[in-house]
Amino acid sequence: MYAQMIKSEATKEDPEKLAAFQARIDADDKIEPKDWMPLGYRKTLVRQIGQHAHSEIVGQLPEGNWVTRAPTLERKAILLAKVQDEAGHGLYLYCAAETLGVSRDELTEDLLSGKMKYSSIFNYPTLTWADMGAVGWLVDGAAIMNQVPLQRTSYGPYARAMVRICKEESFHQRQGYDIMMKMANGTSAQKRMAQDALNRFWYPALMMFGPSDKDSVHSEQSMAWKIKMNTNDELRQKFVDQTVPQAEYLGLTVPDPAVKWNDKTKRYDFSEPDWDEFFDVIKGNGPCNTERLAARNRAWDDGAWVRDGFLAHARKKAARRMAAE
Amino acid sequence: MSSVNPAPYDAPETEAARPRDEWPLWEIFIRGQHGLNHRHVGSLHAADAEMAVKNARDVYTRRNEGVSIWAVEARHIAASSPSDKGPFYEPAQSKVYRHPTFFDIPDEAGHM
Amino acid sequence: MTPQDLFQYLLRLGDNTLVLGHRTSEWCGTGPVLEEDIALANTALDLIGQTQMWLGYAGEVESEGRSADDLAMLRDVWDFRNVLLVEQPNGDFGQTMMRQFLFDLWHDLMLANLQKSADPRIAEIAEKASKEVRYHLERSTDTVVGLGDGSPESHRRMQAALNLLWPYVGELFVPDDIDAAAVAAGIGPDPAGIGAQYRNLADEVMARATLAIPSDPFAHKGGKSGFRHTEHLGHMLTEMQWLQRAYPGATW
Repeated sequence: MYAQMIKSEATKEDPEKLAAFQARIDADDKIEPKDWMPLGYRKTLVRQIGQHAHSEIVGQLPEGNWVTRAPTLERKAILLAKVQDEAGHGLYLYCAAETLGVSRDELTEDLLSGKMKYSSIFNYPTLTWADMGAVGWLVDGAAIMNQVPLQRTSYGPYARAMVRICKEESFHQRQGYDIMMKMANGTSAQKRMAQDALNRFWYPALMMFGPSDKDSVHSEQSMAWKIKMNTNDELRQKFVDQTVPQAEYLGLTVPDPAVKWNDKTKRYDFSEPDWDEFFDVIKGNGPCNTERLAARNRAWDDGAWVRDGFLAHARKKAARRMAAE
Repeated sequence: MSSVNPAPYDAPETEAARPRDEWPLWEIFIRGQHGLNHRHVGSLHAADAEMAVKNARDVYTRRNEGVSIWAVEARHIAASSPSDKGPFYEPAQSKVYRHPTFFDIPDEAGHM
Repeated sequence: MTPQDLFQYLLRLGDNTLVLGHRTSEWCGTGPVLEEDIALANTALDLIGQTQMWLGYAGEVESEGRSADDLAMLRDVWDFRNVLLVEQPNGDFGQTMMRQFLFDLWHDLMLANLQKSADPRIAEIAEKASKEVRYHLERSTDTVVGLGDGSPESHRRMQAALNLLWPYVGELFVPDDIDAAAVAAGIGPDPAGIGAQYRNLADEVMARATLAIPSDPFAHKGGKSGFRHTEHLGHMLTEMQWLQRAYPGATW
């Protein structure tokens, strides 16, 4: 559907320009805001960067859910700093999207109306403190796997935002794993909590890489444009290969009896997640879709008078300055 | 965190049809403690210049002391056009003033 | 100053930052604009850090082996020594920032004095904290002025916040025996002495913000002495202390 749209638009564009554009990308040249670019490239980027930004913003909520219940002052500070980073990363990404001619408020409104999506993982609830470990370890782990290659993406502002994000994010996964280690080596209740968190987040984390390559509609064009750097299945496999030994180290069991080292492929075999559930969550039927969107809408609506008030003050100040000159 | 699997999105095509009171966009330049030139570090929104400087301190320095911050409203930035790269890359449409990330940052962007 | 009095004195400092830091952290991810979210988190992080220092030192002075976390997570309402102002609920963003300003202004003056404390640990902590608090004050001042002298709605909300919170300001300046002991030992300032300075600065800011300080001099008290907190504190502690209470003895 979307791929088709791009194609029909592309046909309206000068084939010579398109070829030259592709040649620049193939030569690893960075595309900058004022450069010519195909409409489909621009639209796909707005969608992808916007959704990436939205995911950072909505992603604050499941972890923010535990900031006021963190068990120690240090844990509270670390978690708060991490959630703050996510706000910052959302900010950097919105700015990158703004270079493409869309404003942050417009993107925000499209998130709030449900027109734009965010990563489905944030529609799952965080129920115990161990979930703060699992989110850092698994969710950030999966996100980092996707973000590191995006530092080399073809669109300059996006690539630069990713460089900054990856640098700041390096501690996120580690703090999650650190929580898991404490839990896995703790009391029997803590161990149960840790295992329960892994049970609930394992498949949703695998789903973060998106449907299998054979079912993914806009993979091919995005990869040619270097706004998608690896296939969904590649990244998912890499994630499983990295994560299974980490679970073993914790003494926890990955909730998939099919997980087994395959001597022939030199990789872990594993079961596909339940893709019906994935599409249900995208459609709005995840455990927390309603709450997440309501929380964002509430924050935005409650903040309107503040944004307007500051703007009114800025205009008064400017007018006074003018009058004084 | 990341949206690994973006769903279809139609970029808004009638931006002008949606007037709004949005805080303007500011470009932030910071000179770190080591006396190097001010360098572009990113953008942010603020109602006025004073707020832009304060927001920059919170967003881009995480409160490092001894740094100097410049904030320039994005629409006031004059930028070269990329025409020297050949005829195929003429400037894309309008909205030049919205482009916050004009400036190449070295990939090994150091800490501010 | 007896160790018991010094312990109480440090609890007051640490509980103020603990409770206000917690309140501020309740905003996590729900601020009116991303830039404010990030700034609020910075403030909360500073206050949590200061709490670790004050309560850490309090635990050492007490000498019963209690850590900063033990003091934060395992005391009940009547053992808290924060002023009532900081335990007041967040309300809207204006109320949160008005509370922040009213506290910051006192905090800044207090820390300037504590940097000269005869107790070197207190002087050291105050020096580090005062740099952070100077910035908190700048920011909350700008917010009070910007929103006070902003739109009709923002003005109305800021005036309502000031009316609501001003009766909790007086407690900051009411001296008691512990303050007297601190003054005598050269450890801390006379709270009443800070009061006049505070009022001058507050008047100046409120004039710029086009806001009127209520004329009624009435002041609620009971937080600093621990005699009678507001009902809000218990609910805050229920949430903040829940894990430590539900799983005693676990390490996190």
